[in-house]
Amino acid sequence: MRTKQLFIVAIALMVSPALLFGAGTISGKVTYAGTPAKQKTIDMSKEPTCAKQHTTPVTTETVVTGPNNALENVVVYISAGAPDESSASTQAVTFTQKGCQYLPHVLAMKAGQELKVVNDDQTSHNIHPLAKVNREWNKSQPPGTPPLSEKFDKEEFISVKCNVHPWMHGYFAVLKTSHYSVSSENGAFSLPNLPPGKYTITAWQEDYGTQTQDVTITGSETKTVDFTFKAKPY
Amino acid sequence: MGKLFAIVITVIALACAVPIITHHWFWSDISFAPPEDISTHGHAIDDQMSDTMVEAGLSFLAAQILLGIFVWKSADRKKDAEIKTFPGGAQLMVIAALVLVGTEILALGVLGQKAWANVYFKPAAPDALQIQAQAGQFAFYFRYPGADGKFGATHPDKIDEGNSNFFGLDPANDVESRDDIVTGELAIPVDREVHLMMHAKDVGHSFYVRELRIQQDFVPGLDLAVHFTATKVGKYEIVCTQLCGLGHYNMKAYLNVLSQADFDAWMKQKASEQ
Repeated sequence: MRTKQLFIVAIALMVSPALLFGAGTISGKVTYAGTPAKQKTIDMSKEPTCAKQHTTPVTTETVVTGPNNALENVVVYISAGAPDESSASTQAVTFTQKGCQYLPHVLAMKAGQELKVVNDDQTSHNIHPLAKVNREWNKSQPPGTPPLSEKFDKEEFISVKCNVHPWMHGYFAVLKTSHYSVSSENGAFSLPNLPPGKYTITAWQEDYGTQTQDVTITGSETKTVDFTFKAKPY
Repeated sequence: MGKLFAIVITVIALACAVPIITHHWFWSDISFAPPEDISTHGHAIDDQMSDTMVEAGLSFLAAQILLGIFVWKSADRKKDAEIKTFPGGAQLMVIAALVLVGTEILALGVLGQKAWANVYFKPAAPDALQIQAQAGQFAFYFRYPGADGKFGATHPDKIDEGNSNFFGLDPANDVESRDDIVTGELAIPVDREVHLMMHAKDVGHSFYVRELRIQQDFVPGLDLAVHFTATKVGKYEIVCTQLCGLGHYNMKAYLNVLSQADFDAWMKQKASEQ
């Protein structure tokens, strides 16, 4: 009798996340059409401790492409119709300064989520998110100091620069939802755990802007949505 | 006591003046001689510097010895002796001192203007290599006109450092800017005159290369220029010597003086990276 009760509880626990978040998935691929601008080689000679960390030339990351016209670093997220999420994620996201570059180049997070900024270099950095909707700040981080802890409360795409190294550049994508995905090297993204409903999916690329598509999820299906951005030669 | 003081003054003055005049500390390796000169105009500046050090050292020594002599002579002065004050007493001596110091400063200026005028009042040769330098917090960037020999127009609103567009070029609409070469190091061919046009992006900065004997400020809103010819292949440091903000200590670039063949290869490499 007791075993049976435990079994029912176990089944209920296993099923509940699916009931709460849904089992639908939206996945797909982000690609470009045309010729993207040639990325420029970054000269780090003034910062030898960073320059020596790179064996191949470092380039700008405004448009990062992969095989078969794949477009990397595109933030795909649910901009309308997302299940209500009042509580912020407890897990922190990490933004690392290494080799005088930002890793990752585009970091997505939910509004209110903790952001940790790490300096892995032997030189001082001064991280400066150029926020317009959120409060703008800039913080100096000498080598060997503990990670900075920050958060952004409002939805915004924030350009991030370093006040010491002009070539360093990245983005914070602060979103209202935790249903987001940043496209990988082969352009793939996936938004799992969606309950049935009508959604608006937005894809954002730092240079090419945004695209949206409407998707309806019924039951626990997986829908494929692809985005194609028009590349600019300059 | 007064006589002892006079001797101490003279000894200290001697100890100070000799290293200044000879440009050298005798009890260590420290030399006051400037680092090796790699420019065609630098010797005039070095000679002027040397003249100034010798002249200033000798004047300092003479003044201190004179002071010592007066202290020595007045050491036994009686308490109620008359004191000559200025104005009134030592009028002639004060005027003589003023004339002497004035002549000295004027002579240094007149003799030194030649070294200065050679760099600043003589324009660069028409066939000098044209390079633009832009200083911004906290890095230097350099621009070469590329194959067409023309610099594309700059648009401050188009400056996008994250995209390595440090000069604000508009290659989408401006054909002349498409072959411009922007670099983080200043490479130049040896024995060829360089005309460096200097632009400040934000605040005041300074272009200083010890070996070139050039130190010129970048002034916001004022495009200045220097010209020079480097005579020795090597890598030299360019540092900002005008306090420009938080990262000033780290604001530097390298001057890379190359043989003509190496320079051509470097230029080709950089052109492919644009």
